[in-house]
Amino acid sequence: MAHWYIVSVVGKDRSGIVAHLSSALFENGCDLGEASMMRLGDCFTIMMMVRHDGNTHSLLQVVQPVAESMGLHVHVDKVDAHLHRHLEPDVHITVHGADRPGIVAQVTGALCEAGLNIVNLESDVGGSDAKPIYVMHIDGIATAGVPALESALAIVSKQGVQAKLNPIEIMIA
Amino acid sequence: MAKLEILTYPDERLKQVSESVEVFDQALRDFIADLEETMRAGPGGVGIAAPQVGCFQRIAIVDVSSKPKIEHHGRLVLINPEIVEYADFVKGREGCMSVPDYTGNVMRPDRITLEYFDEHGAQHTLQTSGFEARAIQHEMDHLEGLLFLDRLVSRRNDLFRRKVYQ
Repeated sequence: MAHWYIVSVVGKDRSGIVAHLSSALFENGCDLGEASMMRLGDCFTIMMMVRHDGNTHSLLQVVQPVAESMGLHVHVDKVDAHLHRHLEPDVHITVHGADRPGIVAQVTGALCEAGLNIVNLESDVGGSDAKPIYVMHIDGIATAGVPALESALAIVSKQGVQAKLNPIEIMIA
Repeated sequence: MAKLEILTYPDERLKQVSESVEVFDQALRDFIADLEETMRAGPGGVGIAAPQVGCFQRIAIVDVSSKPKIEHHGRLVLINPEIVEYADFVKGREGCMSVPDYTGNVMRPDRITLEYFDEHGAQHTLQTSGFEARAIQHEMDHLEGLLFLDRLVSRRNDLFRRKVYQ
């Protein structure tokens, strides 16, 4: 019986990673679900839902040869996952500042205490080696309301980062 | 009054361009009543366009008055609508009754001036902005056979660009 797995792939970036992996999966009867694929540093990273009629070992046999041929590491987890389970975030938070250790821990720690459930987080380091800047985008659900999150961000902002919260109004028509 | 069936993507009919309304009669008003009932039956739906129920005429309804703390003009029946001025593009998140379980970011003008006819054939001009302007433009896209999927912008990297300028 087909089951959902999450396949993680990491390795040095080069062209053709997505095309080769997805072809191998398709040719072996697998379906892809939701996926996140992006370049982090000069590595390419993939996390994708794969529906496979077999077990973890048989899925690894599909993915591993093609991954290893491109110098990539693979990890497979069998998961109790389903499609059409999106949670809609109601706040978007942008954080930026001079890069330093601890920004994510401080900001997300304060937001967690104030009731934020993170749905999506993406961060980047820009600027230069001499003056790096950290930029983070968070989409989340304000389970304890927006004012609690704004209070948390006001405290965080005194520690040298700029943080801005915008409610997400989803227009459904 | 009757709730109508909503076409869902990838139904090809959603790509059809709608025709202008020429006759403002009771049949039109009866259809609009059904269209409005269909809109209000949807979860959180603040607008609907006739092509979403398989009627390819330039008719839309928008009512964002259920949203707290925004400026709006109440229930709007928009027939043969035309945007005559627009300004200030902004990004906002949209969903659609014809595209279940997916939302995405779309850039649209924040302020618009609109000319349209009501269900009795009277012509109106409306200036609006923000959430209501977004809803109106989303519905007008349906009249052109466009979905918000055709206008999606990335959720990533919308504040800073990676490129180094020097």
